Amino acid sequence: MAQKTIELEVARGREMGVDGNPSLSPIAPFDIAEPDMNTEHMLINIGPQHPATHGVLRLVCELDGETVKSVVPDIGYLHSSFEKLGEYRSWNQIVTLTDRMDYLAPLIYNCAYVMSVEKLMGIEVTERCKVVRVILMEMDRIFGHLLWLGTTAIDVGAFTPFLYSFQERERIYKLHESLTGARITTSATRVGGMMADLPEGWTEALGEFLDTFPDTLAEVHQLLTRNQIHIGRTQGIGAINGADAINYGFTGPNLRAAGVDYDVRRDRPYYDYETYDFEIPVGEHGDCYDRYLCRMEEMQQSVGILRQALERLPDGPINVEDPNISLPSKTDAMSDMESMIHHFKVITDGIPAPEGDCYFAIEGSKGELGMYLVAEEGDTKPVRWRVRPPSFVNLSVIAKLAEGHLVSDLIMINASLDIVLGEIDR
Amino acid sequence: MTDKKSGSGLDAVDEGPISSDASSADHGGDEADASEHTSVAALKQRFADAVVRHRVYAGGQHVVWIDPEKSHEILSWLQADPDHHYDMMSDVTAVDYGNGRPVNVVYQMFSTVHKRELRLRCELPLDALEIDSIVDLWKVADWLEREVFDLFGVTFKGHPDLRRILMPQDYAEGHPLRKDFPLRGRFSRAEQTRRALAQDVERFYRAEDLSAGHIPQEVAPVEVGTLAQGEREGNS
Repeated sequence: MAQKTIELEVARGREMGVDGNPSLSPIAPFDIAEPDMNTEHMLINIGPQHPATHGVLRLVCELDGETVKSVVPDIGYLHSSFEKLGEYRSWNQIVTLTDRMDYLAPLIYNCAYVMSVEKLMGIEVTERCKVVRVILMEMDRIFGHLLWLGTTAIDVGAFTPFLYSFQERERIYKLHESLTGARITTSATRVGGMMADLPEGWTEALGEFLDTFPDTLAEVHQLLTRNQIHIGRTQGIGAINGADAINYGFTGPNLRAAGVDYDVRRDRPYYDYETYDFEIPVGEHGDCYDRYLCRMEEMQQSVGILRQALERLPDGPINVEDPNISLPSKTDAMSDMESMIHHFKVITDGIPAPEGDCYFAIEGSKGELGMYLVAEEGDTKPVRWRVRPPSFVNLSVIAKLAEGHLVSDLIMINASLDIVLGEIDR
Repeated sequence: MTDKKSGSGLDAVDEGPISSDASSADHGGDEADASEHTSVAALKQRFADAVVRHRVYAGGQHVVWIDPEKSHEILSWLQADPDHHYDMMSDVTAVDYGNGRPVNVVYQMFSTVHKRELRLRCELPLDALEIDSIVDLWKVADWLEREVFDLFGVTFKGHPDLRRILMPQDYAEGHPLRKDFPLRGRFSRAEQTRRALAQDVERFYRAEDLSAGHIPQEVAPVEVGTLAQGEREGNS
């Protein structure tokens, strides 16, 4: 197996214990109040309209002085009942709902959804389509991590990485736009293939991005990784151990930061990920700093996967050649009688599904992104379409992570979880 | 049947989605071969009377329907037994087929040790939507079960904090993901607007609401009262 696990070279301060005791971090925080001083507890409401909550999240905190005694997150402000809407739509119409969930990495959601439909129906996509989807998913992993990087750095007072990361995001936005016509709501995939093949010059443009992006990443590393303020704000904050992380449902970089070596790309491989040469960063302490390191390294690894994928990108058709699944080209549909009939049949009748259900998980930018579909024999709409939301599950742990920390640490913990409210509330 | 199901867009927003055909209530197909999946074989041997049926869908995904009465016992065994060790509860959700058919609660599990997936489903009749909570086994089930309760109305016995999570706490129209729930809601648009306008905005910032969940035991009632007005005790 090509994938290896790398232990991150963790830049701990000398005084830092493995147990993640915050009072020993390089910049010693102000003495945290004794837990049982019996001072008056205070209820503080943060959000839902607050930039530090990264969306319309509301956190109700019970404070003892500045120490968080407990946190009750309140969500649902952005609830759009996507799953209910999906029950009224045909298989292909649902694609547009998926990118509105995680607008920070929309292509991953597009791909995950159609992959689960294909799994349910037993459709095997073409080789080119597989590699193209791997490219899109890895590109959006960088895309999602970059947003997390910028906003999290702002939350601990570093403004520069935000500018760097959004400059790089803008380049990916342009790639989105030239591929799909949209910057955020991409809706690039269809059951059995893609909305369109890669346009001319797209791979070269991505290649240019890959050539210069690692330099930006290195600069951000210089700004943050050994930055005393950043270390003081993140090391030992919001730590969780591996067993708890699994039990509480952490997935993705959050879980790997806690020392659990689990990555869907390697442990339940799809799209030939086992043939790509990449490494899976695993942290040790499970705190905000390790989550930061994991994501930084993942971006680096994604660059490597993208380079390999561009190299092996085969020619050939991008859609499956089954007239019951893919639409004919527009020219064919307008000029050829049979193509027009196929077009008409696919649009009006839809694609029939077999009896059964299907859970398909991929490694999204935020964790294990699962799509669960239930259909009955011949259904052209799902009986149930369920998204296993990684951010939703990751956010539910915040009450445990924040307990005993300061309010300012709560902001850092919330940022380090990398949540997106569009997908939490769905 | 096909005629009703096809048709594009939102042509039935004032009705619930088309209910599934009751004829396929046994979920089609024949009993699958349990020997392909170690855990299924073990389940069938150990809990012979609790395993209702076993199917393989989507090219090798094993689904086992179990008796909801025994669900907690079976799940705790699957988590604890070293031969199975499903330490990761990926998802807890539910499926409503409509037409009076039972609501299915779905557990999607993964074992990080054995790299094995398993899906369990429990059928709950519509007049008894109750099942044991598994928060004591997997903490991740806390919010997932709250979501199922919110959207399907399934009660999880023993859940420490079972209240709505995505819909507002005072939502009066029922459970949105049930098949008999119309896409536009149960109330008319006029009634929904009337209710929205009649809401007391301050209500959502009362301390009783803020302290929903884990806080109330620790805050004295007097304190709660003063906090409600945005004051601190002793300042007035």
